Amino acid sequence: MSQTSQTAPRDDGAVGAVDPRLIVQEKGLSGYGDAFIRRVRGGELGSLPVIVGLIIIWIVFQILNDNFLSPGNLQSLSLQIAGMGTMSVGIVLVLLLGEIDLSVGSVSGVTSAILAVLNVNQGLNPIVSIVAAVAAGAVIGAIHGFFFAKVGVPAFVVTLAGLIGWQGLQLRVLGEKGTINFSYDGFIASLSLKNLPQVVAYGLAAIVVVVFLAASLLEYRRRSANNLPPRPMAVTIALTVLLAVGVFGAVIVLDQAGGVPILPVIFVFFVIVMDLIMRKTKYGRKVFAVGGSVEAARRAGINVTAIRVSVFTISSTFAAIGGVLMASRLLAVNQSTGASDVLLNVIAAAVIGGTSLFGGRGSIYSALLGMLVIGSITSGMFLLSVGSDVRFMVTAIVLLASVVIDSLSRRSRNQAGRG
Amino acid sequence: MTSTPVLSLRGIAKRFGAVQALSDVDLDVHGGEVVALVGDNGAGKSTLIKTIAGVGPADSGEIRWEGRPVSINRPHDAQGLGIATVYQDLALADNLDVVGNLFLGREVTRNGVLDEITMEQRARELIAQLAAKIPSVRIPVASLSGGQRQTVAIARSLLGEPKVVVLDEPTAALGVAQTAQVLDLIKRLRERGLGVVVISHNLADVYEVANRIAVLRLGRNAGEYGTDATQEEVIAAMTGANLGNGNGNGNGSAPARPADEPADTVVDEEDAQ
Repeated sequence: MSQTSQTAPRDDGAVGAVDPRLIVQEKGLSGYGDAFIRRVRGGELGSLPVIVGLIIIWIVFQILNDNFLSPGNLQSLSLQIAGMGTMSVGIVLVLLLGEIDLSVGSVSGVTSAILAVLNVNQGLNPIVSIVAAVAAGAVIGAIHGFFFAKVGVPAFVVTLAGLIGWQGLQLRVLGEKGTINFSYDGFIASLSLKNLPQVVAYGLAAIVVVVFLAASLLEYRRRSANNLPPRPMAVTIALTVLLAVGVFGAVIVLDQAGGVPILPVIFVFFVIVMDLIMRKTKYGRKVFAVGGSVEAARRAGINVTAIRVSVFTISSTFAAIGGVLMASRLLAVNQSTGASDVLLNVIAAAVIGGTSLFGGRGSIYSALLGMLVIGSITSGMFLLSVGSDVRFMVTAIVLLASVVIDSLSRRSRNQAGRG
Repeated sequence: MTSTPVLSLRGIAKRFGAVQALSDVDLDVHGGEVVALVGDNGAGKSTLIKTIAGVGPADSGEIRWEGRPVSINRPHDAQGLGIATVYQDLALADNLDVVGNLFLGREVTRNGVLDEITMEQRARELIAQLAAKIPSVRIPVASLSGGQRQTVAIARSLLGEPKVVVLDEPTAALGVAQTAQVLDLIKRLRERGLGVVVISHNLADVYEVANRIAVLRLGRNAGEYGTDATQEEVIAAMTGANLGNGNGNGNGSAPARPADEPADTVVDEEDAQ
């Protein structure tokens, strides 16, 4: 295997003897576009439906109420989605395994109750309280993972028990009064009330764009040097421009509303970090493998049980972090924190964002995109003074539509021979 | 075949409850040869390769690796020696691309990050060396044909630099062209100096690639043939039809039956079926 092959063709991406029936990808931007269209026709939709859907939703609501795309409303939207979006990051991992976690709402409730009791009632340092709450979430997740992966109880049942049980613990932790308020000038309140300094906000945006560009160029050089077909430079430039427009656009708009709040930055930070972990590390590859085929993963020497326990631990950990963010947004924890539609919104966001319920396919970014869709609908309906009745039904239709798209694209993947 | 066999089994026995699945089975595998393991359903082929792969260790018998006795109790032991097994169900993760599947469980990393470039390059080299047809190493294996999937599974087994490759029914459920592709691949494994054990029902395929044909019947050696033997002889050995004419075990090396279990008992068993 050490001898170098002379037959590594550079341009078509195919290896070995090329099958004459194979459609060869053309070079450059147009070839990339053609390949993209072929993939979409073949049922690999990725983030396309959700981005199209988001644009339509924004246009419709902007026509119905011209306050919708105002900086102020977008800022409150960004604050609104941060907590549930962070919870959705954990759910994406569970869905990638092909499992479900119904307990995230209750876990966020009980951990934010722990946070409130430690920080407000016991007067503990806010950082220590946050760490304790998040650690409690991790322990809860490990318990779920143990019963699912080690004992063999279906994840649905384990987390359904968690849904009820942890809510009970939440009521117990909160005690008689049932509501604990955070002070307005505390650290936890500052996460949602304070904005990043302008320099920091623009600096972070610049760092994101520069790092993306630098990593792309480095990859281009290494692939070229190793005789592998690199991503066309035109595509890299186009993606960088899109990213820059998106990131700086968001910062500029939020700046007009007074600044970039800390809460959504925390959410986006977790999205970026988890996405890199899932795509670039051995751990992420193992999670995808277990989601694709448990048997293949086991034969490849992957400790399936450990992966499962770790994913449920991560899910509940992110539920706890999301709980902290939601508590900061509400400035209070009460008996209904984490209850009602939190769980459904969190799972719906991941699915709407394009992560398959069938396991093995999806990306962490679906938490961000899906949460933007759900948050936009909620915010738009609120502006139009539509009640919860209509809002729930509309959200349900959007969720159902996204699952229909998931199922149909799975079918056309099968037809197109993409599995 | 005067050299020391890479893998040598002597007197392998395995029993499941009341069923003696294997008794006193011998098998030699040399480097650079393809040994076909044939036999009717229930002859013990799968049980035998499981003892080699470490999935179902033998109850008794001796396994020698390059002349020295070894014990294979876990899949890990077999892999450590240099035995790679490709099962019939292939066990590929459909959602991962070819590179992801090839390196699953042994990913190459660079500063803790997956080194996709090195892995992609090695995948291309490996597939080019096997002269295999794969449209791209960056498409999910779900979109590959049965023969291509088999190719990926075999290529993956080669990454661990094995000396013996065991293939369980590699051509079952494949079309004509795909079967030819896989058989070509098996020949190339032999050219690389690997010992190959192929389990197959299809005698045409067996004659195409094998140097030797080892026949199992009812958990015992039922003869070993060169490719100069006729298909009728091999089929007779597989079904036991050759036992009546007193010319028992072909030209082969099947051991004498244990004294406490005379040959006619076996014939009776067959008659009873």
